[in-house]
Amino acid sequence: MHNFDFEKPSTVADAVAALASEDAQALAGGQTLIPTLKQRLAAPSKLVSLTGIADLQGISHSDGVLTIGAATTHVEVAAGGYGSLSVLAGNIGDPAVRNRGTIGGSLANNDPSADYPAAVLATGATINTNARSIKADDFFDGIFTTALEEGEIITSVAFPIPEASCYEKFEQPASRFALVGVCVAKMAGGVRVAVTGASEEGVHRWREAETALNANFSADAIADLSVSADGLISDLHGTPKYRANLVKVLTARAVANC
Amino acid sequence: MPKDNGIGASPKRREDVRFLTGRGQYTDDIKLKNQCQAMFVRSQVANGVIKSIDTSVAAGMPGVLAIFTGEDFTEVGGNPAGWLINSRDGEPMKEPKRPVLAHGKVRHVGDAYAAVIAETHEQALDAAEAIDADIDELPAVIDMADALANTDNLVHDEIETNQCFDWGWIEDNRAATDEAIKNAPHVTTLELVNNRLVPNAMETRASTGDYNPGTGDYTLYTTSQNPHLTRLLISAFVMGIPENKLTIIAPDVGGGFGSKIYHYGEEALVLAASKKLGRPVAWTATRSEAFLTDAHGRDHKTTIELATDKEGNFLAIRTSTLANVGAYLSNFSTVTPTFLHGTVISGNYTVPHIYVNLKAVFTNTAPVDAYRGAGRPEATYSVERVIDKCARELGMSPLEIRRKNFIKKEQFPFATAAGLEYDSGDYHALVDKLEEIADFKGFAARKAESASRGLLRGLGVNTYVEACGLAPSNLAGVLGARVGLFEAATVRVNATGNISVMTGSHSHGQGHETVFPQLVADMLGMSADDIDIVHGDTSKIPFGMGTYGSRSMSVGGSAIVKATEKIIDKASKIAAHMMEAGEGDIEFNDGVFSVTGTDKSVSFPEVAFKAYVPHDYPHDKLEPGLEETAFYDPANFTYPSGAYACEVEVDPETGKVTVCSMAAADDVGNVINPMIVEGQIQGGLGQGIGQALVENCVYNDDGQLLTGSYMDYTMPRADDLPFFTTDQTTLTPCTHNPLGAKGCGEAGAIGSPPTVINAVVDALSDLGVTHIDMPASPARVWAAIQAAS
Ligand SMILES: Cc1cc2nc3c(=O)[nH]c(=O)nc-3n(C[C@H](O)[C@H](O)[C@H](O)COP(=O)(O)OP(=O)(O)OC[C@H]3O[C@@H](n4cnc5c(N)ncnc54)[C@H](O)[C@@H]3O)c2cc1C
Repeated sequence: MHNFDFEKPSTVADAVAALASEDAQALAGGQTLIPTLKQRLAAPSKLVSLTGIADLQGISHSDGVLTIGAATTHVEVAAGGYGSLSVLAGNIGDPAVRNRGTIGGSLANNDPSADYPAAVLATGATINTNARSIKADDFFDGIFTTALEEGEIITSVAFPIPEASCYEKFEQPASRFALVGVCVAKMAGGVRVAVTGASEEGVHRWREAETALNANFSADAIADLSVSADGLISDLHGTPKYRANLVKVLTARAVANC
Repeated sequence: MPKDNGIGASPKRREDVRFLTGRGQYTDDIKLKNQCQAMFVRSQVANGVIKSIDTSVAAGMPGVLAIFTGEDFTEVGGNPAGWLINSRDGEPMKEPKRPVLAHGKVRHVGDAYAAVIAETHEQALDAAEAIDADIDELPAVIDMADALANTDNLVHDEIETNQCFDWGWIEDNRAATDEAIKNAPHVTTLELVNNRLVPNAMETRASTGDYNPGTGDYTLYTTSQNPHLTRLLISAFVMGIPENKLTIIAPDVGGGFGSKIYHYGEEALVLAASKKLGRPVAWTATRSEAFLTDAHGRDHKTTIELATDKEGNFLAIRTSTLANVGAYLSNFSTVTPTFLHGTVISGNYTVPHIYVNLKAVFTNTAPVDAYRGAGRPEATYSVERVIDKCARELGMSPLEIRRKNFIKKEQFPFATAAGLEYDSGDYHALVDKLEEIADFKGFAARKAESASRGLLRGLGVNTYVEACGLAPSNLAGVLGARVGLFEAATVRVNATGNISVMTGSHSHGQGHETVFPQLVADMLGMSADDIDIVHGDTSKIPFGMGTYGSRSMSVGGSAIVKATEKIIDKASKIAAHMMEAGEGDIEFNDGVFSVTGTDKSVSFPEVAFKAYVPHDYPHDKLEPGLEETAFYDPANFTYPSGAYACEVEVDPETGKVTVCSMAAADDVGNVINPMIVEGQIQGGLGQGIGQALVENCVYNDDGQLLTGSYMDYTMPRADDLPFFTTDQTTLTPCTHNPLGAKGCGEAGAIGSPPTVINAVVDALSDLGVTHIDMPASPARVWAAIQAAS
């Protein structure tokens, strides 16, 4: 790890100011960033911790919307009893990761195999930042890329509460990130299906399945659909064909378990 | 005898008190005064010519004390292979030099070509990054068949081939085996891969060199399973430091699984650097370095043929194997795929004709060497998989075909066609026991229940026999060993009656500190609490060949028994003197010496005290003191055996395999501490299931390690494993060591991979799947199902 300066502001405004200096980077749970620093793959001049900012903490629930502060840890979401979202959070990594890792860090990082992006996209959640509100459909911009500007801080995520939802994760055996994960959410405006882990473009919606499920919300409804292997990730743990199969299998299971 | 801590008792592991309370002392915990840090600069390419190494910038950086490159070690020796293997044509194996630091060429990703010594770890790392090497990358030699076919592209130019040796076992049996297979009514052929594994000891390798300019003595603190062997290699082969000037201390060692048997270049480097600087020099591998540079395991590609008659009687086995030895020969790398593999191809069976051919191949990958089981898992997997396939082809049950061909109890000692003489065993009884503990009768109902949930259930069974307790030195010598394989022990009785036992069997997690005192306590009729074990320090123990090959109890324990017998012998003489009786009239029972036919007696502590306070000693007849050393060289290998069963569920939609149950009936001979044996068996089963289902070390065609971290290399975790049903009561003692113990350290890892794969294939057999390579990962199982349907 290279040397860096460290700041721990207590307000969003101070954090934004601290991040304005060159090569400064936000630090949340550090579960992605610290390993990167240890391997010397990144060398920020300054780390700005977000964990001391009260406004980024906590979970609130009103008018059919669940709002989660960006620095809320996975373990807090897991313990909250928020249906499939809590199940999702409770299956991220291991206890150490869940005790430190945060929803804001996960979304800002947008790992192609991360779990939260599937729930955020499937529910059409809103990502609030210090500057604006970004719709989930506009937020994820391909792997490890988001709509966030330099120095922009996620402050919270607002999830419209679905009528029914389920996240089915098939774990990559080694990392236990999602080899493929599918989140199906029955929203007031219709069914949304989001897929993580599968595509070289990162998390995305499976629109054909959404159409079919809007007509008939049952696992059978997607039986005749086929998922193209084009553009799907190929690695040690699965070929594009295998991932395409998992997308369909997991979607059917998610619908059945909704 | 206090039954709570003698032979057969299961006292809790006394070493766990310090391990579980953070009081263990591992190499990296040792911080010597004035210590500085070494950092290695490692190749990023698999194969390349080193054109130049510019260290000038690094040399001027803060804290930098010294920089070494391969150039600095051209005068010292290479790290040798411990066994000389001859090819079928009589030619000795090719043995290119393995230098301390790569010189001229780098040969695998992670091959160290320079080292920086600096005041701190961070300074060493900064300087290491500033070393500028001009390395001309060459195409990597990765695939074994390509490596043999394509001699334009060489790992070692000077040997003009990528083949280390082409070994035949037993060459004289070749023609008869070929003939038997040619004429056989039925031949089952199977091609299989024994997947490459990374050992992944919990503690990574670490070494601290400490040269004392005042005395000329060197001390090396290092993560070793066998400190004396390391001393021998450094002294006699690599650096020429006289053995009397070199002390090796391996303190607590956090696992090894074989990978810490070997001497590595880092150990020589820290010693050389300490000599140069006159300061202790320390190094601890990162987990990434462990993945790249610890000797890996397995990596065989095999074709096996099993010839039978129509009734399933075995007529012959022939195998042809390519074994990866990586870029350099590690110390046991030549014996592991040969004598530890070819000799057990007969399995638990009478097989009239056996021939094993094995070609060892250099590739641009990390060295491959013995890993828990070492050769025997590879053999067991090949044999037990082909038998399963054969049974299916002949319409026999997997148990029926095995029972039919087992060596019968009354046939022991049994000489196999693969060159070993098994001393004892009862394989029919093991399978009977397995049937009892595995509930085969309930399988059909469980399969139906799984099917109702859309899952395919399979049952796999197999047996194993292995050769361990390494090893009779005379036999090893004939087979090419460059060292002996005995073990040494000293029993030191202190004046106040308590005991220190110096053993050459160095623990790296096995529980020696608990179990060895049980032996001595039992023999001397005293409490194990008054007996301590000293190990892991060449200055404190007479000699030692270390811990591997399931040898600690059968060889190391036997040496302790022999030394304790000598203690009893001498103590009897002292007792005779004390009681003014003839030596022949002394009896020793439960810690008390008595004179036959009288009520005279003295206790063991009284005798011990007399040995050190010899005021009225007949000095012409008796020496003071009570300390004895014994070296024990086994007469034969030991032959643990077992019968395993496993049930799996396969999810046909995703290919995911779940191990539902695993039953293991093992014959490890006499059991000294049942709890520790159980722990060893369970650990081995876990490791075997890991190999079968999840572990896989993969290089790409460029020689980059794709599985260089836990993000991609899968370790088995608790939730991958079922609760185990185990039994060690079907036992036939070893006939040639004083304890009747056979060994249990590797058994589980040897026996279980085929059990799991047999079960997976059984689950998929209705779909027409006849084989699946390890690891049976979800993607691979799913692809096999797709290909079959
Ligand atoms: C062993 C292990 C297993 C894991 N398993 C899983 C898994 O199964 N599924 C899964 O989804 N993830 C998994 N993760 C990742 C984990 O969820 C991380 O917590 C997450 O990816 C990053 O969150 P963090 O709070 O630790 O962020 P950090 O590491 O602190 O930061 C990550 C990045 O996000 C930026 N950032 C952080 N917070 C904000 C913010 N509020 N606004 C703007 N930018 C911000 C940082 O600058 C940095 O670039 C695993 C991680 C580990 C180490």
